[in-house]
Amino acid sequence: MTTIEVNDLYIAYGEKIAVAGISLQAQSGEVLTILGPNGAGKTSTVESIEGYRKPSKGSIKVLGLDPYVDLSKLAPSIGVMLQNGGIYPRMTPLQALQLFHGYYKNPLEIEYLIKLTNLEGALKTSYRQLSGGEKQRLSLALAIIGRPKVVFLDEPTAGIDPEGRLAVREVIRNLKSQGVCVLLTTHELDEAQRLSDRIIILDHGKIVAEGSPEDLMTAAHGDNIRFSAPIGLNLAELASTLDAEVIEERAGEYLVSTAATPERIARLTSFLANRNIAIGDIRAGRSSLEDVFFALTGKEIEPEESPNNRRRSRRRR
Amino acid sequence: MKPYMTQAKTEIKLALTQGESLLVTIGIPVIVLIGLSLTKALPLPKTAHSATDFLVPGTMTLAIMATGMVSTSIATGVERSYGVLKRLGTTPLGRPALLMAKITSILVLEIIQLAVLAIIGVLLGWHPVGNAIFFVISAVLATAAFAGIGLFMAGTMKSEVIIGAANGIYLILLFIGGIIMPISSLPGALESFARLLPAAALSEALYHSVGIGGGVPLWAWLNLIIWAIAAPLIASKTFKWEQ
Repeated sequence: MTTIEVNDLYIAYGEKIAVAGISLQAQSGEVLTILGPNGAGKTSTVESIEGYRKPSKGSIKVLGLDPYVDLSKLAPSIGVMLQNGGIYPRMTPLQALQLFHGYYKNPLEIEYLIKLTNLEGALKTSYRQLSGGEKQRLSLALAIIGRPKVVFLDEPTAGIDPEGRLAVREVIRNLKSQGVCVLLTTHELDEAQRLSDRIIILDHGKIVAEGSPEDLMTAAHGDNIRFSAPIGLNLAELASTLDAEVIEERAGEYLVSTAATPERIARLTSFLANRNIAIGDIRAGRSSLEDVFFALTGKEIEPEESPNNRRRSRRRR
Repeated sequence: MKPYMTQAKTEIKLALTQGESLLVTIGIPVIVLIGLSLTKALPLPKTAHSATDFLVPGTMTLAIMATGMVSTSIATGVERSYGVLKRLGTTPLGRPALLMAKITSILVLEIIQLAVLAIIGVLLGWHPVGNAIFFVISAVLATAAFAGIGLFMAGTMKSEVIIGAANGIYLILLFIGGIIMPISSLPGALESFARLLPAAALSEALYHSVGIGGGVPLWAWLNLIIWAIAAPLIASKTFKWEQ
């Protein structure tokens, strides 16, 4: 049985269409990531699959059940990490874990979860006073306490601390090895690339690409060299020097479609040196998902309160 | 059953550890009862034999109103704005058990409040006369009414608005709810208005069931029954689980 099966899902809020005809499947032991910018319809999609909203059109089955209609039957088998909140503000992590421990028939040990999510230092602090990262880690622990068969993590790494990032990775690895189906949303490409078996890229409520991280990268560009330099370099001259296609992706941002061999990099730098052209930065390697996203949607992924994404800020300059 | 028990314990614990809430649910009723019984600063009904005849049922009304409406609306409103209600919706607890747990917590808290007020009342010379069954029925009806009002507020308003509104209504009803002075001492139009509200009906019902005795007037029963049906119904129709 397919663990999650979504067919032709539409979600509208009044006039506004948030999700416009999405179909997807996920199996047990699979990590499926929905990737997309703000407002792409990620949370609407996930929350419909969690049973929070009734689809305007289309069908959803989770473990064979309609999550909106049969939520009470489904609830013991799913674990949910909301994008934010979800815990009593006056409760400490220990109290919250004890409370959720009481909801499930065969819950995980509280001690184990505290260790796994590294919450030892925050056990007696009220939720309201926890750091953003601690809140996320607690929310993660509560999502898996009931030994769910399906876990939903909505932006688990948004605003998280390094410990939390490690905890998320560790938890997802564990869940996968236990045959749990994990549905993840993120706007962070690195995380998606690292964690997912399959990625669905969503934009304006539609799937614009789908595949393994490797598939998507190959589909976009393959190997390349990127560099920034003053705008308006002579592309034809550069192409013949490098023996490869060169385009100016955006003003002052150049893409050379060829593998980044040391020899080619040397040719590029000597080309620039001979003409006394300053080089901003040079990046060799495979496409990142960011490039994939840009190639597929013509838009950059907007940061969502993620404090430091170097690549993104560099692109902005 | 286990999720419900866990939740009920949690709700009770949260209610008993929230300082501002305890001030409204127990502190103020106790202060009003002791203060006015000793000073007799405000008018009493002519039918009352002693201050406690009137003030014990009055402060019990205040206590039921505080727990049912003020405490429930503020706590539930905060839970809604923090996404707690949403998150609990996908646990095995489910919404019906969550509601049951809230009702349990309200009833437990009320038993504590009423016991405290009764003990203090006796120490102040209160001799209850009346009908225990009427007392229980009117308290239960009023709890449904006030909790319905509280949940209506919790399910439709922002939590900052709720805090102001709930405390404001509490204060107004303190004066026109037959709690610290009889509504007969209010100006005519205000008295008629007060009779439409559940606070005055409850204080009237309690005054006759644990104050001076005699039957509870029909208007008070009708008032309580209508509020006990209408308020929870409106709350359930309008309640939004997410903010």
